[in-house]
Amino acid sequence: MNSGSFWAMGGYARFVWPCFAFVGAVLAWNLWSAWNLVGAARVRAARAFAMAAHDNS
Amino acid sequence: MWTWFYRLSSPPYVYRTAAACMPWLLGGAALAIAYGVVDGLAFAPPDYQQGDAFRIIYVHAPSAWLSLFAYMTMAVAGGIGLIWRIKMGHAVAAASAPIGASFTLAALVTGSLWGRPMWGTYWAWDPRLTSELILLFLYVGVMALRSAFDDPNRGDRAAALLAVVGMVNVPIIHFSVVWWNSLHQGATVAKLGKPEMPGSMLWPLLAMLFGFMLFYGAVLCIRLRGEVLNRERQSAWVREAIGS
Amino acid sequence: MRPGAGTTLLLVLRRELLLGFRRPDQVVQPLVFFLIVTTLFPLGLSVQLSLLREMAPGVLWVAALLSSLLSLEGLFKSDADDGTLEQLVLSGQGLYVIVVAKTLAHWLVSGAALLLVSPLVATALAIPWAAFPVMFLSLGLGTLTLSWLGAIGAGLTVSLKRGNVLLSLIVLPLAMPLLIFGAGATDRAIAGTNALGALYLLGALCVLTCTLAPFAAAAALKVTME
Repeated sequence: MNSGSFWAMGGYARFVWPCFAFVGAVLAWNLWSAWNLVGAARVRAARAFAMAAHDNS
Repeated sequence: MWTWFYRLSSPPYVYRTAAACMPWLLGGAALAIAYGVVDGLAFAPPDYQQGDAFRIIYVHAPSAWLSLFAYMTMAVAGGIGLIWRIKMGHAVAAASAPIGASFTLAALVTGSLWGRPMWGTYWAWDPRLTSELILLFLYVGVMALRSAFDDPNRGDRAAALLAVVGMVNVPIIHFSVVWWNSLHQGATVAKLGKPEMPGSMLWPLLAMLFGFMLFYGAVLCIRLRGEVLNRERQSAWVREAIGS
Repeated sequence: MRPGAGTTLLLVLRRELLLGFRRPDQVVQPLVFFLIVTTLFPLGLSVQLSLLREMAPGVLWVAALLSSLLSLEGLFKSDADDGTLEQLVLSGQGLYVIVVAKTLAHWLVSGAALLLVSPLVATALAIPWAAFPVMFLSLGLGTLTLSWLGAIGAGLTVSLKRGNVLLSLIVLPLAMPLLIFGAGATDRAIAGTNALGALYLLGALCVLTCTLAPFAAAAALKVTME
């Protein structure tokens, strides 16, 4: 099977490849969004401690 | 056995365990998905009816399955949080919701794109796609309800209740949509269905299903840590966990 | 001496009905909305009578759904605003019974009123008279089920400032099976075929919701009011 017919997907290329691309994007978004959440949570927690330390001092 | 359950209700334990599990889950997911994609796209034989278009099943079916699985997890975890007042249950529910919603969207988009060569139209109110659409609405409702409350505890509990109510409804909704569809669709519309599945087609599909599940676990671990931090911000153990 | 469940039910029911009748505009406005929405569809689609008859069940049901949603907001809201709801939650009377009473009263005032107006609307939508009994039954069961479902949503959103859109967002997906069976039953009645299957399904849905929803709604009230 040559590479040309692989990319053509039997004529259905314009349906198959966008599907895989979209799902790949969803997977990527999930990872990115999850990391974002943890990062923001860490910042917020650090800020909470800074404020608590400030209040106690 | 119950010690394990009690440990799961402890935020620092969950925080550490999630960090430990995540790389394994993600690695396993990458391997399974890589194998599934390569085998499914390059080596599985084309379906005699649908040609190469059937390969969309390798992303559509796992997405749809995950959308349902994440909803069940969200509802059960929320229910545990509601009944036994275990905050980690709410954390798991909150972490699962956006993941599940994103995969519902993926199932809808891939289903629609698959429908175009099969039915000639991007949307034909196929019972499975319609159920997925309603599932998306249910997800949005739960997420919107959680964020509508100023008090995060109330938000968690309200969202958990809604998720449980929704879970009871999912089979009803699916049944009613199938019933409705049987009234209106002629036999000429091909179902968004499984082609005949010899082993060479089936293995990549199973690998993709497995890989997506592992991926869900991995992302859940990451999100869960964020949710735990947000809920336990005031606790002493968090200070040590983050460092200064 | 604590009054029994039956007494509580009747007392709350009576109170709700009295309050409902004292504010007739709360009853009339959703009805007018129902009439207006049913007018919108033919105007927007400009169809002939035969086509109108085909879309009639769907139009009727969507309009009934939307106007029921409007009145759902007030199910717990007015009591929450003046503190009565807190008293009820704290009263130690089974919240289940109170929720049942309030929902029943709400249905009597809104859904039943819809039923009374429905022949008018049905005629406007060219539904044949032969289909009226099935239409009545399906609307009756459907609006009742919707009141129960809506009670859950109302309980969840009662403490929110602008909860009415969220209420609709929550209730509508859950109400889709209702719409499917109800419109389906009316559709079959218009076509002259046997609507019994759809009516049974609708009835089953109604019974399921009537028994389980008050638990969920009571739990929702406890969650949001604690």
